[in-house]
Amino acid sequence: MSTTEATIHHAEHGHHEPGLIAKYVFSTDHKMIGLQFLLTTMFMLLVGGALALAVRWQLAFPWESMPLAGRLFAGQGGQISPEFYTMLFTMHATVMIFLVIIPILAGAFGNFLIPLMIGADDMAFPKLNMLSYWFMWPAILCFSLSFFAGGEFMNSAPAAGWTSYPILSAIMDAAPGSGHAQTFWLLGLTFVGVSSMMGSVNYLTTIINMRAPGMTLFRMPMTIWAMFITAILQAFALPVLTAAGFMLLFDRGLPGGLQTCFFIPADLVINNSSPTVGGGQPLLWQHLFWFYSHPAVYIMLLPAMGMVSDMLSAMSRKPLFGYKPMVYSMAAIAGLGFIVWGHHMFTSGMNPALGMTFMTSTVMIALPSAIKTFNWIGTMWGGKLQFNTVLLNSAGFVSMFVVGGLSGIFMAAVPVDIYIHDTYFIVAHFHYVLFGSTLFGVFGAIHFWFPKMFGRLMNDTVGKWHFALTFIGFNGTFFPMHLLGVAGMPRRYADPYLHPYLEHLLPMNQFITACAILMGFAQLLLIGNFLYSSKFGKKVGRNPWNANGIEWIAPSPPGHGNFDIPPVCYRGPYEYSSPLVEGRDYLMQNEYLGDVKHTAEKSSESTASHDT
Amino acid sequence: MFWAVVAVVLCLVAPSMNWWFPGNNAEAASTLGTRIDDLFYLILVIVTVTFVGTQIALGYVLWKGADNRDEKAHFTHGSHSLEVIWTIVPSGILLFIALYQMDVWAEYRVISKFPADAVAQPVADVTARQFEWRIRYPAPGRKFKSQADIRKWLRVPEAGDLHYPNELCVPTTRNVLFYLRSGDVQHAFFSPELRVKQDAVPGKVIPVWFNATKRGEYTLLCAELCGWGHYKMKARILAVPENEYRQYLLNLQKELADDGFDEDAPESDE
Ligand code: HEM
Ligand SMILES: [Cu+2]
Ligand SMILES: [Cu+2]
Repeated sequence: MSTTEATIHHAEHGHHEPGLIAKYVFSTDHKMIGLQFLLTTMFMLLVGGALALAVRWQLAFPWESMPLAGRLFAGQGGQISPEFYTMLFTMHATVMIFLVIIPILAGAFGNFLIPLMIGADDMAFPKLNMLSYWFMWPAILCFSLSFFAGGEFMNSAPAAGWTSYPILSAIMDAAPGSGHAQTFWLLGLTFVGVSSMMGSVNYLTTIINMRAPGMTLFRMPMTIWAMFITAILQAFALPVLTAAGFMLLFDRGLPGGLQTCFFIPADLVINNSSPTVGGGQPLLWQHLFWFYSHPAVYIMLLPAMGMVSDMLSAMSRKPLFGYKPMVYSMAAIAGLGFIVWGHHMFTSGMNPALGMTFMTSTVMIALPSAIKTFNWIGTMWGGKLQFNTVLLNSAGFVSMFVVGGLSGIFMAAVPVDIYIHDTYFIVAHFHYVLFGSTLFGVFGAIHFWFPKMFGRLMNDTVGKWHFALTFIGFNGTFFPMHLLGVAGMPRRYADPYLHPYLEHLLPMNQFITACAILMGFAQLLLIGNFLYSSKFGKKVGRNPWNANGIEWIAPSPPGHGNFDIPPVCYRGPYEYSSPLVEGRDYLMQNEYLGDVKHTAEKSSESTASHDT
Repeated sequence: MFWAVVAVVLCLVAPSMNWWFPGNNAEAASTLGTRIDDLFYLILVIVTVTFVGTQIALGYVLWKGADNRDEKAHFTHGSHSLEVIWTIVPSGILLFIALYQMDVWAEYRVISKFPADAVAQPVADVTARQFEWRIRYPAPGRKFKSQADIRKWLRVPEAGDLHYPNELCVPTTRNVLFYLRSGDVQHAFFSPELRVKQDAVPGKVIPVWFNATKRGEYTLLCAELCGWGHYKMKARILAVPENEYRQYLLNLQKELADDGFDEDAPESDE
């Protein structure tokens, strides 16, 4: 990666330049692994996006043969069959959640940023880190294989939804996609799980043990707090999913004709098969699955929240408003996140008393979310805003997060959820939080830390266009989905217009599809800008944004070992526009201002941590 | 911000464009449904105010910050009193929202709160299958003597039972209760106009009740992914006055006897 700085750190650390394969493929350098994650997930974003556009095609032009991509399944006249439709949305969600959002946050940015931001030379366990990336590939392989599991391309992928509720997912004959494809899906899930677990162990150890001298917990940037809390969530929630996955695998059949019945009750006759023997409970899967997957939706959000906090502060040239409340509210979200999983099961027939408790806890989780929103607005208030792509995407994050959080309240209210559960309202909600928030946060973060990755800037004009088109396309796509939901359109329907009360929604769905296509193509701007700028972008120095974080002391791009000299931390990362320095509006974490000022600063930090 | 305005306007025009709740004038066709709608509108008001407020605040700080000509940004790390205010006020509102929902939920799902008349005489046993609804009515005139009697009826089909697929007939303006189960994978009983939704979980027999206020033909469809034909589990709920309902069952009895159907046969592809 680094050629310019190579000499310096050779002298400093005595590292040897690794060979090409060790450097670019089986690298143990956290920055290279982060980049590998970033490129892989950006590619997967395109794959997942293509699947989504196929879903949208069917909803706008039901049963009409698909242009271009239709050739791939010409066997059925380029038409999307109902079986294929169920496979498309299942794999869209699977790819987006497990191969894009989770690994792009924890894998790409977690890896790249954690050591740099805490002033460490690498992760605590570099080899484990490398393995965590390479365990993505068996997962990708399993998910791809699942498309071929029935022998016939594109007609045998898993089709039980990303939630894979049994019995559909437990019995091989239950649906065309429930055969070997489902087995591959479960194996793939296990591999991504292993990959995430290795990552989170590593992040926890690194953040606890390897912070630069002076970097106390409450001087850590929000990004680091977020990665830390996310790693904890992952470490506690993942084992449950993994166990549930194995239970489901066993239910589907073991070698030698053995079979367990964790989730399969007695006397079901599926597709004219002989009745099941049973004794199990399908609801058990839902509990185990959501016990993981609700915390997982925060795994898919908290890192973006952290990065946006850092970016907003830097771009407003102003300290983060309410640093400690921000930390505490993030911890509260994570804590509450473990006791709200039942809100996905309000209509499942579980004990209604649980409906009441889960409603209360779910409604309360909106509180820390609200606190964070107010603090972000507070951060920008009175700032000297730098209107660039980074700020736009971060502000977009806040704005979209408000919508997603507020629609959550409708669904948290159980009686209302009776009606809107499993309608397009849900689809609108989670796209506002996962795409509207997380991805805009990620877009901002790509532009913000790009100079650190490549020593060059991304083109800001193209970036602004990308933001504007995506923002318009996004809202055009997902806002009307709230209305579809209120109109009662169920999700996962290959042809809603079969039902007379939904017929009039066709034009709206066509509008949505048009916006989705616009949004899809807008992503080419991002990819193009990324690739072009990595080679030809404007060259910049170490700290192009005049930001405060320790990562900005390192060369851009940093060499193996990151820093010329191990940094020491004297303050928090948000001292923008500090009155302590004249003539500039930033004060980096590693700057020592002399004994007198330092003592004054320290005492003020310990007494009034967040008061004006 | 501009976008907040668009969103609010869209919500305002939505009902007139028929992009709103299904049913006549977007009104629910059941007693609990009406109350669910009221709760929805209450939340809608609270949420809209919050939404507009935060988006305006965001737009304002962006606009002010963009033309900030001061040399430096305002230096502050936050404000203790603001944090306290924006913790306590939302938590009050949120708690209120949660507590306010409890009654409707209890009536909808807590069995001890179910209307007694409905519990005493269930009208049907509904089984969801890939990809149809099978309805079983007790023989016309069959009175259940006790809960034990009902449980027995649920366990063992009786000779006089009437079976019919994909159409559920119920009397209007009376509380009706049916039992819901699945014969294969998981499904969900969803009637948009009645605002009723309940998953049909394999291995469970779940009681569901509603009170249809208006005569009409309502949609019944499946709301839980159950395989490739999930979208076409189309059926209807006929809500008719009590006397027509009796007549419907008698006609059904005659029809089934006439054609010499046996219990399990009636099946259609609809
Ligand atoms: C303000 C806080 C939030 C509340 C009150 C809330 C509430 C809910 C509820 C009640 C559901 C279940 C709805 C149903 O299926 O009937 C749900 C679904 C969902 N939420 Fe949220 N949510 C919040 C924030 C988030 C965030 C921040 C994320 C992700 C980053 C998220 C992601 C999801 C996803 C992915 C689903 C749908 C899962 C599925 O059924 O496929 N939510 N939310
Ligand atoms: Cu959840
Ligand atoms: Cu279904």
